[in-house]
Amino acid sequence: MSRIESTLRKQRSFIPFVTAGDPDPQTSLAVILKLAELGADVIELGVPFSDPMADGPVIQRSSDRALDGGMTLARVLDLAAEFRKVSGVPLVLFSYYNPIMKYGLERFARDASAAGIDGVLLTDVIDDEAVSIAARLDAFGIDLISLVAPTTTDERLGMICRNASGFIYAVSRAGVTGARSDVSSAAEELVSRTRRFTGLPIAVGFGISTSDQVDEVWRFADAAVVGSAIVSVIERSLAAGGTIEAVDSFVRSLLPQFAKTGAEN
Amino acid sequence: MNYEPDEKGYFGEFGGRFVPETLVAPLDELTAAYLSARDDPEFQASFAELLQTYVGRPSPLYFAKRLTETLGGARIYLKREDLNHTGAHKINNCIGQILLARRMGKRRIIAETGAGQHGVATATVCAMFGLECVVYMGTEDMRRQQLNVFRMRLLGAEVRGVDSGSCTLKDAINEALRDWVTNVDSTYYLLGSALGPHPYPSMVRDLQRVIGREAREQILKVEGRLPDLLVACVGGGSNSIGLFYDFLNDDVQMIGVEAGGRGPFLGEHAARFMSGGKVGVLQGTKSYLLQNEDGQIAATHSVSAGLDYASIGPEHAYLHDLGRVRYISANDDEALAAFRTLSETEGIIPALESAHAVAAAIRLAPEMSPNQVMIVNLSGRGDKDIDTVIAADAASERRPAGK
Repeated sequence: MSRIESTLRKQRSFIPFVTAGDPDPQTSLAVILKLAELGADVIELGVPFSDPMADGPVIQRSSDRALDGGMTLARVLDLAAEFRKVSGVPLVLFSYYNPIMKYGLERFARDASAAGIDGVLLTDVIDDEAVSIAARLDAFGIDLISLVAPTTTDERLGMICRNASGFIYAVSRAGVTGARSDVSSAAEELVSRTRRFTGLPIAVGFGISTSDQVDEVWRFADAAVVGSAIVSVIERSLAAGGTIEAVDSFVRSLLPQFAKTGAEN
Repeated sequence: MNYEPDEKGYFGEFGGRFVPETLVAPLDELTAAYLSARDDPEFQASFAELLQTYVGRPSPLYFAKRLTETLGGARIYLKREDLNHTGAHKINNCIGQILLARRMGKRRIIAETGAGQHGVATATVCAMFGLECVVYMGTEDMRRQQLNVFRMRLLGAEVRGVDSGSCTLKDAINEALRDWVTNVDSTYYLLGSALGPHPYPSMVRDLQRVIGREAREQILKVEGRLPDLLVACVGGGSNSIGLFYDFLNDDVQMIGVEAGGRGPFLGEHAARFMSGGKVGVLQGTKSYLLQNEDGQIAATHSVSAGLDYASIGPEHAYLHDLGRVRYISANDDEALAAFRTLSETEGIIPALESAHAVAAAIRLAPEMSPNQVMIVNLSGRGDKDIDTVIAADAASERRPAGK
C-alpha cells in the first residue's frame, strides 16, 4: 500500500490544490508549508501549463502567473524537494502531459521520486498510455492517480480501477475546474458506482469551495479536494499582500477542527 | 499502402486521444455515430446532395494559363475551393458534421475559428438547419478578421472572444473544449480541421476527401494523366489532407506549405516541421508541436490567421516521418507577394492561407518542365484579407530600405 493510500485510509481527508510557483516560488513554498501545518492530508501541486484546457479561468490565471515568474517543471521538483525537507505530507503533481513528455518520462520519474513526489495525476492521459506511464512511475514508487467522471461508463470504471493506485479522483461534474455553489448529485452517484470496482480511497474534486461542501463530500467520499477556491484566495491577496495569512484564514473556515461552536464563544 | 489510423486513432505514433476523462464517452459516442454514418448510403447521399446543391460542388479545376506562362515551367492547375459557398473548403466538413450532429440529436453546436472561415461555415450550416451556434475566436483573430466576425453574427451565431494566451486559434480551441466538457450532453463540437482527439482527424479528412477525389477525376479528363505534384497550405491540415488523400497510393509528389511567418526563430513562425517543432501532446492529439524547452506551447506568428497554430494534424506528422509528403514553408512576404501575383495574373484574389501554397508554386514551377503538371489547392478566397494586406503594404512602405 502506498503512502498516499494509507494516509487517505483515515477518511474525512482534506486535499488542497495550489499551482506550484503561484505567484512566485518562495511564496508558493510558504503556502504549501502552511497547508501542511493546517492538516492537509495530501497536497496537490499543479504544474503550470500554457494551455490548461481542463481548467477554468482561476487556475488558468494562476498558471500564467507561475509561468511569468519563470516556473518550469524542474523548478516544481525543486520546490517539492524543499518542502520535503521539512514535511512528510504526501505530494501529488497535477499536470498536463506535454511538459512531462518534453522532460522525458524516465528522467521525470527518477527526479520526481528523488524530490519526494508520491503521486502524479495527468489530466489528459487515458487508457493504454496511462497504463504504460503508470508502470514507469511505479518502478520509482510513484502512484499514477486516475480520474473518473460522471460520463465514465461502468466498463471504463472497471478498467480504470483495475489499473489504479494511490486513490481515485472523482470529478464531481462534467466541466472544468472552478468553484460552484453546490455539490452535484452526480458526484455521490459516481462515488458509489466507483466503489463497486475498487477498495482504494476516493477523493471528490472540481467545484468544492465551502465547509458545507467539504462536509457533504465527506458524507460519501474519503477525501475532498479544494483547488480553485484556495487559488482565488491567493489571487485576491496579491494586491495587498498577506497571502499566507489569507490562505490560513480561508482553510480554517473550511475545516471543522477549526470551527468555533456557539457555546465556546 | 493503408493510411487509415488504428482503432485508437493512431497514425503510426501520432494522433490518439489525450483528453480529460469526461470527454472519453462523448468521443466514443461520436466515433460510433460517425462510423455508422460513414457506411450508411442515406447519409452519404444527403452529404453529396448538399455539397452539390448548397456548396456548389464540384469545384472547378482551372488551368492558370497566364501564371503558367509567366513562370515558364510546370502547367499549373488551381483547385477552386474558393468558389464554394462561404468562400473556402471549410464548408465541406461542416456539411458532413452538421448532418452527423442532427443524426445524434444534438441541438447546440460549438466551434472554434482562426481566420473565421470555419466559424462562418459553421454559422452557415447552423442557420440552414436552425441550430444554436456558438463560435469561439481569439480576440487577436477577431481584430484581424472583422468581416468574418460580422458575417457570423449576421448568420445568427454568437461569437465569443477568447483573450487568454496568444488570443488566436489555439486559445479558441481550448475554450471550445472547455465548453464541450461542461455541456457534453447537449452539445456537438464541430471541430474545423484534421486535428484534435480521435475521431476528428480521420473524420474531417474523410469529409474533405471530396477535394482530391474531384481533382483526380478532373485532371484525368483534361490532361489524360495524374499530376506530378500537389501543393497545399497546412495550418491544421484539412484542405491539404483533403487534396492529398486520394493520391497517396499514386506516383504523385506532394508538398505541404507551412507558415514561415517573419523569421526562423521560435515565436516568429508557425512551421511545425522547422526548428522548434518537437513531438508533443496538445489539444487531444500527439503530433509535432512548437514548444519551448520546458514543454510550454510556443507563441506562433503568421500573416494568415488560419495557419497561425502551434500544432499540426497527426496524419501530416505521420506522412512527414514516412517521407510521403514534403513540407516546406513560405514566409509572410512571399505569401503577400503571391497574393498580388495571383490577383494580377489570373484575376483571382486568394486567401492569405492559400497564398502560401501559391507562393510555393511560384518557387517550384520554374524548376519543373512544361510537360509536368501541378495542382495547387486554392483553399479559400481573399476578400477577408484585404485589411491585412493594406496594413502590410503600409508597413512595408514605412521600411527604410524601400521595397
